[in-house]
Amino acid sequence: MSGFLDTYSHLTLTEQAILTLAAMVLVSSFALLAQSRVVATIRLFALQGFLLVVVTALVALDTREYHLFYSAGLTLLLKVWFVPWLLTRQARRLGILRDLDSLLRPGVVLIAAGALVIFCYSVALPIQRFAESITRDAIAISLAVVLLSMLMLITRRKAITQVVGFMSMENGLFFGAVTATQGMPMVVELGVAFDVLIAAVVFGVFFFHIRDSIESLDVDMLNQLTEVDE
Amino acid sequence: MVDFLNPADWVFVWLQTALFVLLAPLFSGWIKWLKCLLQNRRPPSLLQPYRDLLRLVRKDVLLADNASVLFRGAPYIICGCTVLAASVVPLLILHQPISAMADVIVLVGLFALARFFLALAGMDVGTAFGGMGSSREMTVSALAEPAMLMVVFTLSMVASSTNLSTLVEHGLQQQSVLRPSILFALIALIMVAIAENARIPVDNPATHLELTMIHEAMILEYSGRHLAMMELASQLKLTTYAVLIIDLFFPWGIAQSASAAGLGVAAVAIAVKLSLLGLLLALGETAVAKMRLFKVPTFLAMSFALAMIGMLSFVILESSK
Repeated sequence: MSGFLDTYSHLTLTEQAILTLAAMVLVSSFALLAQSRVVATIRLFALQGFLLVVVTALVALDTREYHLFYSAGLTLLLKVWFVPWLLTRQARRLGILRDLDSLLRPGVVLIAAGALVIFCYSVALPIQRFAESITRDAIAISLAVVLLSMLMLITRRKAITQVVGFMSMENGLFFGAVTATQGMPMVVELGVAFDVLIAAVVFGVFFFHIRDSIESLDVDMLNQLTEVDE
Repeated sequence: MVDFLNPADWVFVWLQTALFVLLAPLFSGWIKWLKCLLQNRRPPSLLQPYRDLLRLVRKDVLLADNASVLFRGAPYIICGCTVLAASVVPLLILHQPISAMADVIVLVGLFALARFFLALAGMDVGTAFGGMGSSREMTVSALAEPAMLMVVFTLSMVASSTNLSTLVEHGLQQQSVLRPSILFALIALIMVAIAENARIPVDNPATHLELTMIHEAMILEYSGRHLAMMELASQLKLTTYAVLIIDLFFPWGIAQSASAAGLGVAAVAIAVKLSLLGLLLALGETAVAKMRLFKVPTFLAMSFALAMIGMLSFVILESSK
C-alpha cells in the first residue's frame, strides 16, 4: 500500500513480542517516573524486572543463545523477588510504605521524559545502522530507560525512591546488554548481579543512618545544617 | 474505487446512519442492563431508553425566560454533528462515498464542534450548574483532544493514511501482527473515550445529584424534545466511540463490499463485538470508583503519554529505516 509497509509485519511473532515488550519496558519507566506512592513504585520496579525477564527469555529462544536463560533466572531471583522484597520490608520498618513522594511538576517531568526518549533515539540511530540483530531497535529504548531512571534520581526527594531509580538504571543497562549484544559474559553478569545485591543491602543500612541523623528520608533536608535551625 | 455519484452507494450511507442512530439507545440500554445485573438490582427492559426518548419527545419544552436562540438551536446542532460523525464511521461496510469526504481528524473536529455548542448552551441560561459543567467539560476536553489526536496520528503513521476506511483495511490486512504502537493507541483511545463520554471514573452518567457531575450539569436546563435530542446525541456519541474502537483495533468481519453474505457476517460480528465491549464497560464501571475531579487531568495526561509512547515506539521500533 505504501513505502512505509513494511519490514515489521515480516518479523516472526516472537520478534514482534520482543519489540512489544521492549515498548512496555519503556512504559514502565514512564510509570516509575510518574508514580508517587512508595509501595507502588517498588511494585512497578518489580514489574519492570519481570518484563525484562520475559524479554530475556524470548531473546534467548529467538537467538538460541541459551545462556541468556541464566541471566533471566538471575534477574527473576534478584530484581523481581529479592530487591523489591527487601525494599518493601525496609519501607515498612521505616513506616514510609504508604507515604507519598510527590513530584514537584509532574507535567514538566513527563514532557522532559518524552524529550529524553527522542534524544536517545537520535543518539542511537547511527549505532543501529551497524547492528545486525533484530533487536537492534531496542538499543534506543534501553538508553532511554537509563536516562529516564537518571531523571527519576534527580526529581525524587526520598532516598528509597531514588534507590528504585538507581536499580531501574541497572535494568536499562541489562536490557541494553541483552538486546544489543545478546548478553554479557557470564562472569560480568554474575559480578553485576552481586553488585546489585550488595548495593541493595548497603542502601538499606544507609536508610536507617539517614533517618537517624536527619529524622527523615527526604534528602532535600541533607543540605541544611542542623545548628542553623536551632 | 468509490463512485461519488452512484445513488445506490448513498442509499447504503443513509441506511447505515439510520441503523447507527437506531442502535445507539439499545447499546446504552444494554450497558445499563448489565450494570444493574452486576450491582444486584433488577434491570429495566432493554427498550427503556427508547421509551424514555419517546416520552421526552411527547412532553412540552420548558424554556427559561432568558434563554436565547443559541439555547434552542444547540440541541439540533449537537445532534446533527453527532449523527454526521456517526455516518463517517464504517459500521458494516467499508469504502462508502462518505468515507472519502471525512477522515479521522474531521471526526475529532465534528465532536469538538458539538462540544463547543454544548458548553455554550450550558452557560446560556446563566445557572450556576450550567456554567460549572461547561467549564469542567472544556477542561476535560482540552486535555482529551490532544490525546485523541495523538492516537489518530499514531494510527495514521502505521497505515500512512488518515482515511478511516483505509485504516480499517490496513488493520484487516495484517491480522497476526503484534504492534506496540497499536497496543498503546488502543489503551489511550479507551481512556479518551471514557473521558469524552462522561463515564466512570471521569464522570457519573447515572446521576443528577452530584456536585461533581460534568455532562449532566450542562443539560440540566433542557426539557422535552430538546432533552431527548441531547440524550440521543450522547448515546450516539458513546456508540460511535465504541464502533470506532472496534473498527480501528478489532475490524475482523466488516464487509468490504455490499454483498448479502458479507453484510450478514458484518452485522453478526459488530453485534457480538459491541455487546462484549458493553460488558467490559459495565464491568469497569462497576469495579472502579469515580475519581476526584482534580485527578482527571492526571488520568488524561497518562492517556496522552501512552499515545505519545505509542507514536515513539512506532518510530523507534517499527518503521523501516
